[in-house]
Formats: sequence, structure tokens, C-alpha cells
Amino acid sequence: MTLSQQTYGELEEIAARYPEPRSGLLPMLHLVQSAEGRITPEGIEACAGLLGVTAAEVSGVATFYTMYKRRPVGDYHVGVCTNTLCAVMGGDAIFDRLKSDLGVGNDETTEDGKITLEHIECNAACDYAPVMMVNWEFMDNMTPDAAARIIDDLRAGNEVHSTRGPRIVTWREAERVLAGFPDDLADEGPAAGPASLVGLGLARERGWTAPSSEQGSAVHDDVPEEPEQVEQAAADASPPSSEGATVEKESGTSETAAEKGDAQ
Amino acid sequence: MSGAATDVLTPVLTDNWDQERSWTLAAYESRGGYRAVDTAFAMAPDAVIDAVKESGLRGRGGAGFPTGMKWGFIPQDNPRPKYLVVNADESEPGTCKDIPLMMASPHTLLEGVIISSYAIRANKAFIYIRGEVLHVIRRVQRAVQEAYAAGHLGSNIHGSGYDLDVVVHAGAGAYICGEETALLEGLEGRRGQPRLRPPFPAVAGLYASPTVINNVESIASVPSIIGRGHAWFASMGTEKSKGVGIFSLSGHVQRPGQYEAPLGITLRTLIDLAGGVREGHELKFWTPGGSSTPLLTGEHLDVPLDFEGVGSAGSMLGTRALQIFDDSVCVVRAVLRWSEFYKHESCGKCTPCREGTWWLVQVLTALEKGDGTEADLDLLLDQCDNILGRSFCALADGATSPIVSSIQFFRDEYVAHLTHGGCPFDPAAATLFAPAGATA
Repeated sequence: MTLSQQTYGELEEIAARYPEPRSGLLPMLHLVQSAEGRITPEGIEACAGLLGVTAAEVSGVATFYTMYKRRPVGDYHVGVCTNTLCAVMGGDAIFDRLKSDLGVGNDETTEDGKITLEHIECNAACDYAPVMMVNWEFMDNMTPDAAARIIDDLRAGNEVHSTRGPRIVTWREAERVLAGFPDDLADEGPAAGPASLVGLGLARERGWTAPSSEQGSAVHDDVPEEPEQVEQAAADASPPSSEGATVEKESGTSETAAEKGDAQ
Repeated sequence: MSGAATDVLTPVLTDNWDQERSWTLAAYESRGGYRAVDTAFAMAPDAVIDAVKESGLRGRGGAGFPTGMKWGFIPQDNPRPKYLVVNADESEPGTCKDIPLMMASPHTLLEGVIISSYAIRANKAFIYIRGEVLHVIRRVQRAVQEAYAAGHLGSNIHGSGYDLDVVVHAGAGAYICGEETALLEGLEGRRGQPRLRPPFPAVAGLYASPTVINNVESIASVPSIIGRGHAWFASMGTEKSKGVGIFSLSGHVQRPGQYEAPLGITLRTLIDLAGGVREGHELKFWTPGGSSTPLLTGEHLDVPLDFEGVGSAGSMLGTRALQIFDDSVCVVRAVLRWSEFYKHESCGKCTPCREGTWWLVQVLTALEKGDGTEADLDLLLDQCDNILGRSFCALADGATSPIVSSIQFFRDEYVAHLTHGGCPFDPAAATLFAPAGATA
């Protein structure tokens, strides 16, 4: 396959979104996958040429991130969450069922080129466990039978909808959206699924609300500047050595250095 | 604290999620959306930072660092551009709050991005969203388009003279990019491997420029703080953990889902609200804030879920990702699976993490099968001791949390695998579709 002029133009367009063009590399590789069905040597060369870096550097990036595939992906990428919570709730059973139904192993594609099956890590939908993703759209509260039916529909070419999103597009179409070229499906699907609304529903039912705010913007004018107090707050907030153990951390201070000191 | 007068649940960020087409600009504006931007523009940027400091808002991405103080670390005399980067790479196992927030109300996030960028004097902001959530990315892309068209983004926003551009950036599958410096590497088009700190991103972040990186929920909290007042925000929560947060219950409860409450609520209250643990079963263990926070048990039901309370119970509040496991679940199986996750997601930069997570999986796999000896438990603890605190970032530390805490609370269950010659549990009993005959 040869990359089209249009694709080259779009790769340049992605790089131009950023103060430094190399920042575009992740979305550029998504676009390569959309155009080529996988990360191809030609796609790597194209990105390298446009960004003025070596093909080895681009390859290094393409092999680091799990969404980039070196082998052709089917029309539908099916990801079954088998991280602990989903696995326990049924994800392991779902993954076993699909492997057996499809006759493929992890990260393999059916012979008809329709389905690529993969077990995936936590996809941030634990309140809908067990979760399956089809082309990175949510399929919530799955069972082995429900998952198998979805696969049958996909293979038969029937229209399938995400339980919390729009109709499923092909993997290559999805990759184009990830590259930053939106399709027109943002308004499809609900605002939220049932589990997302369960606490809000209880609050409505019981008349619970956040306290009413003091009105008026004047309240902002009396913010005192008390450096000692701020420093004290920093000391109070300085976490114990174990606090570093959450990866989604937001530290912006020397706490990590201190913590490394503690640990040694 | 004024928590006594506060309702049990306090929807703020989730309050519009049940609104018709809540993700649209029209719906958001109909509820007063984007008015807090004008309130902020009427203030000096430093006054916005002070208001966020006064509110007591602490980072909602896990570490709990005071948000306003982080903003205050940006050296304003540095001539380089300043950047705001939103960490929307929600990947910590169990964590599932930012994704529904962006799906239902992306404009809450964007309004927060505008006010926060104004405060730190950034004219360019990036929203780094994990790539595996296509529809969420669509919703945020659309919100950005709408906000530009309505004059909430771009040049001279609301006639203020302030300019801001926002780029929505999709990641490509890497847990490690939730770590802020690895995220910056990804955003610079490189392999997502954490940077040595210092320098901290506030001084040398994106393109070596001063950069603030905040979690989605932190930034989304800013419009209500500015619009309703820092004192209003600080009136909720506990003394050192102010305000509201989204608590995500998952697993073996009757009604898993999102519950927005003042910090300091207990798991006992949350489980009651969720209709209790699964019928016929009892709570066995839970994570307070994702798999990287040490496990807790039924002894800890009354621990206040704030930074201090969970910390003094020996764990961390983390992302309030409350994964509930009942008595049908084998803790060894659960911990092995998390360990496999950390091994898979280790970026490979630091030897203790790259090699250590591999060894942890080897030892745990043998134990789970009933191979090995009781001495292997001490070997695991020794390995953890050689991993904790010895790598650039917290991924390695997180990998040790479930192991050390599970051996602390469930040593007998590990031993039972050895005496039983394998796992004594029936995995089918733990599933949502557990057959009638399955036994725990």
C-alpha cells in the first residue's frame, strides 16, 4: 500500500497543531493505522521524514504503546478487560468464551479479517464490570453470551451500538478520530450510563444537594495572603513515603525527592 | 469543619449528568456554564490562584497535592511560554470517574481549563486523553469546537484580551502515561518513560517550559470554586481534605456506580447507599483508591475517606476507586492479576521495577498454583522491599502495595494454597453470572 498525498497532508496538519511538530507523533501514528490498517514501515518512514527524526526513533515510539499494531487488525478490535476486577466479575470467562468461539488467541485476528481479539487492561469503566471494548467503544455489563452475540452481529455485518455510545464504526475509522479528525457521531449515545447516575439519582430522591453558595463575586476580594499559612499547608500536605505509590499522581514539588530519601 | 450540616451526597460535578444532552454547549450554558470564566477574568490571575489555594482543593488524581500551591510554583518571571496539561489518562485499575465526567459534561472540564490557564498565564493547553475511550474523545473534541465557535476559546475570550488555544491529544495505550512526566514524554512524541525530578514540571515541563499538570477532576472543580466561592467549597469535607469528590464503587455491591460526596464519607455509608454487598456474601477486601493503594478489609469500614483518614489506616485515598471484593474472591488470584498488570505496564526504564515486577509474578504464579513454600512469602516481601522507593516513579511502589497488604491481612490464605495444592476457590462463584451451584 502507498500512503496517499491526502494522508501526507493530514500528517503535516497534525504536526502543525503543536508548538513542536514531534508532539504530533502519537496522533500521526493513529492516522497511519487508519490509512494502512496497521503501523507499516512506510508509515514509520513517512512520520520520520516529516518530523526530521530517524525511523528508529519512530519505531521506538510505535513499539512502546499497546494501541499500535504491527500486524493487520481486523475490522473490529475486541478488547476484553481481564484486569483484576473485571476478571473476577466475569472477564476471564468472557475472554475464554471468545477465544474458543473465534478460534484465535490473544492479539490474533480471525481468518476472515473481521475480528481481532485482545485482553486489555483497566479501561476506566469498573462500575460496569465486566467490560468489553469494541473499537474502543464501551460494551458494559457483559456476559459470555452477550459478548458472543455482539461478535456474531459484527461478523454478520449487522449494525451494533455501544451500550454507552454510538453505532460502532470500523477500527480504521476509529483510528482516524483518535488522530484528531472527528467524525460526526459525538451527539449519538446517552450522556451517561445507569451506573454513572446512581449516586445522583439517590441524591435527587432524598433531596440531598451541595450547600447553597454565598452569592456575589465580592467573596473573592478578601483572599488573604499569608505565606506562613501556605507553607504550613505544604508541610501538612507533604505525604508520607508511601503516598508516592499512586501512579496518577500530580506532584509538582520536592516531595518525591524527600520520599526517595526516606526510602533509602 | 462544617460537615455536620452537609448532606450525605453533594452532587456538584455530577449534578448535570442527568440533563438532556448534557454534553452540549447549549445545555451547559443553560445552567450558567462559562459564567465563572467572567468571574475569573474580573480577578487578577494571582487572585484566582489564591482563591484555589483558599478552597483547599487538593489534586484529585491520587497524590492530593494542593492545586493552588502547585499553580503558585510556576515561575512567572520565566520568559518561556507557560502550559497547562490536563491528565485525562485515567488508567489506575478501579478508577472510573474522569471518563464519565468527560462523556457527560466536557464543558465543565473546558471551563476549568480556561480559568486555570488564565491563572497560570498559559495561552496553550493540552488535554491528554487515553486513546482507548473513543466516544469520550469525540465528546471533548466536539466541546472544543463548540467553545471556539462561541468565543469561549481562541483570541480575546469574552472580550477580556486573554487568548487560549486547546489541543485534544489522544494517547495510545500506556498506563505509565498517567504519571505526569511520562505523560509529557508522550505529549512530546516519545516513549512514555518518566523523567528524573527535579526539575519539576512547574519549572521545566513540556518543552522544558513551566507546566502545570492536573487531573481532570481537579480542573473540573475550578469553575465551581470560582463561581460559587472558595469558602463554599471549603465548607464541605474535612479539616485538611476540603470539598467534594467523586467516589467510584465497583465490584460486589448491589449498585456499583459514581457517588459524589464530601471527602470524609465512610465506606460503610457508601456501601449502604449502594444497597449493600452482593446478596448472601460479605465484604472481604477493598481498595480505597485503585490497585496501587494498599488493600483494606472489613475492619476499615468506618475510616473517613479523606487523605488523612486513609493514610492513618495504612493506605492512601488515591483516586477514590473503591473496588469491593466479597468472600467469593481469592485474594491471591486478585493480587497475581494486578502484579501481571504492573509487569506489563512497567516502562522498563528502572531496573528494580522492570526486573522486580517480573520476579514478583514468577513467585506469585507458583504460589497461586500451590507450588513453592511458605518461605516464598518472605521472599515476596523481600523483593517488594527492594522495589519500593527505588525507581524514578510510583509505578514500582504501586506494584508492591497489593502484595504487602494482602500478605499482612491474608497470610493464611496464601498458605492455604500450599496446603490445598492450588486455589481453594471456585472462580465461577465470583462472577456476576455465578451459576447456582458455584460455591465460594
